[in-house]
Amino acid sequence: MEILVCVKRVPTVGGKIAVTPDGQEVDTRTSGFSVSPHEECAVEEAVQITERLGGTVSVLTLGPEAAIEQLRDALALGAHRAVLLETDGREFGPIATAAAIAAEVRAHPCDLVLLGNEAADTGDYQVGIRLAHQLGWPVATGIKNLTVSSEGVVARREYRGVEEAYSLPLPAVVTVKEGINLPRYPSLPGRLRAKRAAVERSAPAWAAEGLRKQALRVPVGSRHQATVLGHGPDAVPELVRILAEIGVLS
Amino acid sequence: MTSSDETPARASAVIIGAGIVGNSLVHHLARLGWQDLVLVDKGPMPNPGGSTGHASNFIFPIEYSKMMFELTTDSTSQYQELGVFTQSGGIEVARIPERMIELRRRCSQAKSWGIPAEVITPGEVNKLVPYLDETVILGGAYFPTVGVVDSLRAGTLMREGAQRSGALTVLASTEVYGITVTDGRVRGVSTSAGEIATDNVVICCGVWSPRIARMAGARLALTPTVHQMISVGPIALFADTSGEISYPIVRDVDTNMYERQHGGDMEVGSYAHRPIIVPPDEIPSIESSVLSPTEMPFTQEDFDPQLEQALELMPELLGDERAGIRYAINGLISMTPDGHPLLGEMPEARGLWAAAASWIKEGPGCGRAVAELMSGQVPTVDVHEADAARFYPHQRTVAHVRARAREGFNKMYGIVHPAEQWESGRPVRVSPVYDRERSLDAVFFETAGWERPFWYASNADLLERYAGRLMERPAEWESRWWSPVINAEHLAMRDAAGLVDLSAFAVLEISGPGALEAVQTLSVAQLNVPVGRVVYTSWLDENGGFRADLTVMRLGEDRFRVVTGGATGMSDAAWIARHLPPGAFLADLTSAWTTIGLWGPRARDVLAEVTADDVSHAGFPFGTCREIEIGGVVVLASRISYVGELGWELHVPIEQGARVWDTLWEAGRPYGLVPVGIGVYGTTGRLEKGYRAFGAELTPDYTLIEAGMTRPKVKEQPFIGKEAYLRQRAESPCAVLCTLTVDSVVSADGTPRYMLGGEPILSVSGERLVDAQGRPSYVTSAGSGPSVGKHLLMAYLPASDAVQDNSLLVEYMGEAFPVTVAVAGATPLFDPSNSRIRS
Repeated sequence: MEILVCVKRVPTVGGKIAVTPDGQEVDTRTSGFSVSPHEECAVEEAVQITERLGGTVSVLTLGPEAAIEQLRDALALGAHRAVLLETDGREFGPIATAAAIAAEVRAHPCDLVLLGNEAADTGDYQVGIRLAHQLGWPVATGIKNLTVSSEGVVARREYRGVEEAYSLPLPAVVTVKEGINLPRYPSLPGRLRAKRAAVERSAPAWAAEGLRKQALRVPVGSRHQATVLGHGPDAVPELVRILAEIGVLS
Repeated sequence: MTSSDETPARASAVIIGAGIVGNSLVHHLARLGWQDLVLVDKGPMPNPGGSTGHASNFIFPIEYSKMMFELTTDSTSQYQELGVFTQSGGIEVARIPERMIELRRRCSQAKSWGIPAEVITPGEVNKLVPYLDETVILGGAYFPTVGVVDSLRAGTLMREGAQRSGALTVLASTEVYGITVTDGRVRGVSTSAGEIATDNVVICCGVWSPRIARMAGARLALTPTVHQMISVGPIALFADTSGEISYPIVRDVDTNMYERQHGGDMEVGSYAHRPIIVPPDEIPSIESSVLSPTEMPFTQEDFDPQLEQALELMPELLGDERAGIRYAINGLISMTPDGHPLLGEMPEARGLWAAAASWIKEGPGCGRAVAELMSGQVPTVDVHEADAARFYPHQRTVAHVRARAREGFNKMYGIVHPAEQWESGRPVRVSPVYDRERSLDAVFFETAGWERPFWYASNADLLERYAGRLMERPAEWESRWWSPVINAEHLAMRDAAGLVDLSAFAVLEISGPGALEAVQTLSVAQLNVPVGRVVYTSWLDENGGFRADLTVMRLGEDRFRVVTGGATGMSDAAWIARHLPPGAFLADLTSAWTTIGLWGPRARDVLAEVTADDVSHAGFPFGTCREIEIGGVVVLASRISYVGELGWELHVPIEQGARVWDTLWEAGRPYGLVPVGIGVYGTTGRLEKGYRAFGAELTPDYTLIEAGMTRPKVKEQPFIGKEAYLRQRAESPCAVLCTLTVDSVVSADGTPRYMLGGEPILSVSGERLVDAQGRPSYVTSAGSGPSVGKHLLMAYLPASDAVQDNSLLVEYMGEAFPVTVAVAGATPLFDPSNSRIRS
């Protein structure tokens, strides 16, 4: 099974998000970078599939040279091959992104392309669908359970309490959501393999699209608040009441 | 409801920062009777997000610094009392032969302090740590009393104890906006929970401390620095162990790393990566942190080389593909220019205290020490080397602090020679004859920023003259930061005369109608002496321990000039300032005066060549000072000596220093005058004379009586430490400072070896010597005695062992060498009658 997983370098989100003074970027001086949880799960899913069925996992990112960090993270988790579609730092829109990935797929054919359901930063929800469209492949989105065999995939998702199951022939595109699996941590030997691995590079052309970023701003939201229920045994009745209220106790 | 109490309008002290230090401090203050304390932290309890929250929490007792050893020991026993200490043992492993030698040196140091330690073979290491590949190492040093602590729990117990006693209000999630200082005194703190009036503010803010100090207009010599750490698990081997730790902690010192079991995980920490400095203002806020402000995003590429080395040492355990890197941080730690904490009152304002740059292993000890200082007590552990006032202004600049932190970071586990010199941030303070010294190929050592010639390579021609008496050091370790030229300079000075640049002296003037009272209060010696007298005196703390050791010149009825070492100048100035009576004023004249030393049997001949003033023995007696003219310059000459020779300290206005140097140089050459470095002035010259040095022999741990410096009479006037001193005089001392000669320096492999200081003194049967107060005997100073032909050591010995001609041993690098007590007490080994000085 040849699987391609697409990931995107995004600022790590853990605390309050700050924006650079020009309003154009997320301030990443103290945050570091990662990929979205959906994409972490996509990598894990691909690695698990090849552990069962054999084959190779290629991981691809479209981004600046620094995004090699995210490729190596995926290699450390068990991906076998890494591809950087290098940009000059400009954000590609979903059309150009899908086109660049499609070109890579045509050059290096695979059976299955896994993506996160949406990018953690732009949240366009488009690349998976556009990619499938360009390749003329079937696509299933928002998937939280995937069964793969040489004949095809069965992709399941929940929608408003109803489970939907789709059978797709291969090759196919599937976008997955956090919860499909529990991603592993990188092992030390995995990290060392990743460090030594070669990264294939190409540089697709940027193209203007309809959407343009004007500015970023942080929405005014309610601050997280902690409520102290009480101290010691005095806190027990209130604690029990709340546990019952949220359904932990019945 | 919040976890905070109501904000009081007034507090006896506001402690900022609820990490291990702040929590320990409020505990000790409450224990010492303080009421109305307020502890403020911008973060939530019990983990407000500082370095305590991500510490690896292990404690190795071994330290070369006695202060750091004692702070660590005190902290360990406090953790034990709180029930949060787990003994695990710890091993430092060697990958290279130089490290095996270093580990033997460490075990000898451990013996000085009474720490259990032994050098063990790779096989023995493997028995204790079965997952360590013994083929990678040459051996190890095993410290069985190493352990881990729960520092967050310890802090919580101490803080809550103080709260329960009613002495403490805790303001969590409360930000400090400002510290009010008026007329040089702290008045209050402004916080997000309101204003608090107070006379005392303590900065226990770890990596944020410099930022908070700035609010009070003060500079703290501290910088946040990254220490990378990862946690790998689950480790299959640890699945069956119970508790936090079952295997000894391994310090893989040659790769600057450690591996420490933490439950089911193995923590791997590193000091090997590039130094990464993070300015305090760039530490993220709590809200914008991914993990916590001091757990910054991991920079993988900095850690990559360490992964291979860790894997090499523990291939199976860390090579398990099922074990993942579950946690990885660029953790922030505090670093200072000299690696010591910052404890005590800061010089910028009264009531502004620091308790910062303390790690987990010293935290509770630092808390206790600062609480004692704030209570007007002499601290249980002598922390003068951590004095928050010890740094000169240039040493507290951002550039200097960062440069030294960068340089020190990768030496954390390094093999650091006791005389090792810093390379960064030099030169800063240079004498007026610096260019002369450079052209004489002086080898400079740095003290408090001053470049001091340790010896002059241009004196190499003396080596031939004194061949056979130079006590050359064939072992590389002792030859490092040393030269036989030092001993040649020593002999040349004793034969003729030496010229010594003493610009690094701190020169402090106390003047005004209260000046006499000021110096009398500070000094053991009688200072109500005629104008023109020079008095050598000790200053004591309230317990009768040494606080300083220096000379005072009376220049007028109301004017005294204090001359003290550069290294302690700032601390001494702060001590004076704290004890000035009304009508006495302190001025630091260090930058106005240079000092040139002229000593040796021909010193008078040289001086007489360049001055018309009477410098005869009768005309200029020992222990006096007055102005003379040298080459058209008015010089304050002071007839004293720290090298045991006839001569003078010549105090010269700094811009005229070069002229006086040149004048003496020209006049002195026919008499055999040579430039002499600090290697002679600070070590060989004084050791032969039995002169004690502050910080080495003279510490708060010993008394004037034990140091052999009892004066026949005690002055009538009160002085600090007088009551204690009177008590001490009435008792027989339980230790006596002795000078010992090394009888044979030849080691087992035939190489002569020379101790450098810190080594344990043992009985002939190899037992440690410990006096009735539990104080161990160790070498306080060591050096050549070229004129007596012996390697000399100073050490306090239990009274029963302090007997002339007593045979003992000194352990050095794991080997015992025979020594003899040459002098018990202060009688000089060289020129015992002091005829040279008084000729």
